[in-house]
Amino acid sequence: MRITVNVNGEDRTREVEPRHLLVRFLRDDLELTGTHWGCDTSNCGTCVVLMDGEPVKSCTVLAVMAAGHEIRTVEDLADGERLDPVQQGFIERHGLQCGFCTPGMMLTGRALLDRNPDPSEQEIREAISGQLCRCTGYLNIVRSIQWAARKEAEDARAEAAETAGSQA
Amino acid sequence: MQVPASFDYERARSVDEALELLRRHGEEARVVAGGHSLLPMMKLRLAGPEVLIDINDLTELDHIDLVGDELRVGALTRHRALLESESVGRYFPIVHDAERVIADPPVRNRGTIGGSLCQADPSEDLSAVCGALHARAVIRGAEGERVVSMADFHQGPYETAVGVGEMLVEVRIPVLPGAGSAYEKVERKAGDWAVAAAGVALTLREGRIADAGVGLAAVGAGALNLHAVQTLMNGSEPSEALYEEAGRVASANCSPVTDSRGSEDYKRHLAGELTRRALRRAVARAARSTAREA
Repeated sequence: MRITVNVNGEDRTREVEPRHLLVRFLRDDLELTGTHWGCDTSNCGTCVVLMDGEPVKSCTVLAVMAAGHEIRTVEDLADGERLDPVQQGFIERHGLQCGFCTPGMMLTGRALLDRNPDPSEQEIREAISGQLCRCTGYLNIVRSIQWAARKEAEDARAEAAETAGSQA
Repeated sequence: MQVPASFDYERARSVDEALELLRRHGEEARVVAGGHSLLPMMKLRLAGPEVLIDINDLTELDHIDLVGDELRVGALTRHRALLESESVGRYFPIVHDAERVIADPPVRNRGTIGGSLCQADPSEDLSAVCGALHARAVIRGAEGERVVSMADFHQGPYETAVGVGEMLVEVRIPVLPGAGSAYEKVERKAGDWAVAAAGVALTLREGRIADAGVGLAAVGAGALNLHAVQTLMNGSEPSEALYEEAGRVASANCSPVTDSRGSEDYKRHLAGELTRRALRRAVARAARSTAREA
């Protein structure tokens, strides 16, 4: 059947079988291979993408079920050359080693900060609890997301100060 | 790569249309909501529906409303919405206890209460929770709606009272004064299915237990409403001796099997111990809500 899914802000139309999984649609049809594909059983969480802003495991969502919805993948995190603060945080705090879980981890981090700009360590750990990382022991992933939260708070303060200054 | 066998896909735009599609396709059709039980089973060829009827657009089934003395929860209500609902937490702390340990956040973003109950897996947490709460299921079909108790809803592993051409549309949970409830689960790792779990709901009336409900998960079929424990508790004053006896009866009245999650003996031990712990917490919570209401 013919479906249109809004992926990273752009409507993408393809002919798919109903049994086609969202992760395959993104990787094979749209060649957005930043979304990784792991256990295929909704356990490992490496295939996490944002569906209408919330993390979902794309190996357990049919592409046809995503029709008419907004999907955001890791390819959409950076704005041109400017990295998202979450991506920068993973660099600053060494949040990855092999990188397999990283796209899903960063998207979950992004979704968390969009809802809760100042999460506690426990809230970060809870948010990423559906995604496995075999390299970092999670500590550096938590620190990466904390770095991004602090950076965004600082940037917001700087912007507010600038606005106030220009009004004075 | 695991891919389901071929099927046709229909997206319902109203409950009536979903019912019409279910009638038209009969036995070969399955409703899909979150899909986090059904799709893995289809990948493994444990389920092979010819038609999937997607109900994710039916927002009229996504609601949590207090109506009179019951909370009405639409079948399409996601786990996440239950966990984030203040009224669910206030009236039924057992639901929040369970939701915190059901799968993980991305799965809870998709999975629904209706899907959990209709899957009717004896290891599934919300079935035991709804059993303990004496919830009722609203099933709609061409002839209109019927309301069944959880005991009648669950007819066996993976079997429910929902007939061909019907669908679960709502779950109704009685809100009782002086109520307390709790869920206790042991899992091998975060987000896993239970090795065993116990849910207890009750009220305290003049110091005695009433309206008791006990539901166990992952210890065999038929444990979603343990009448023997409920009968023992109703009319009794809470005491450690009562909890001890309730645990013993729960342990004796379930039928766990040895598998990769644990031995039959271990699960029986857990059924008893978790019943005692859930009972203790449910009584403490009921005492607090009685004090608040006074």
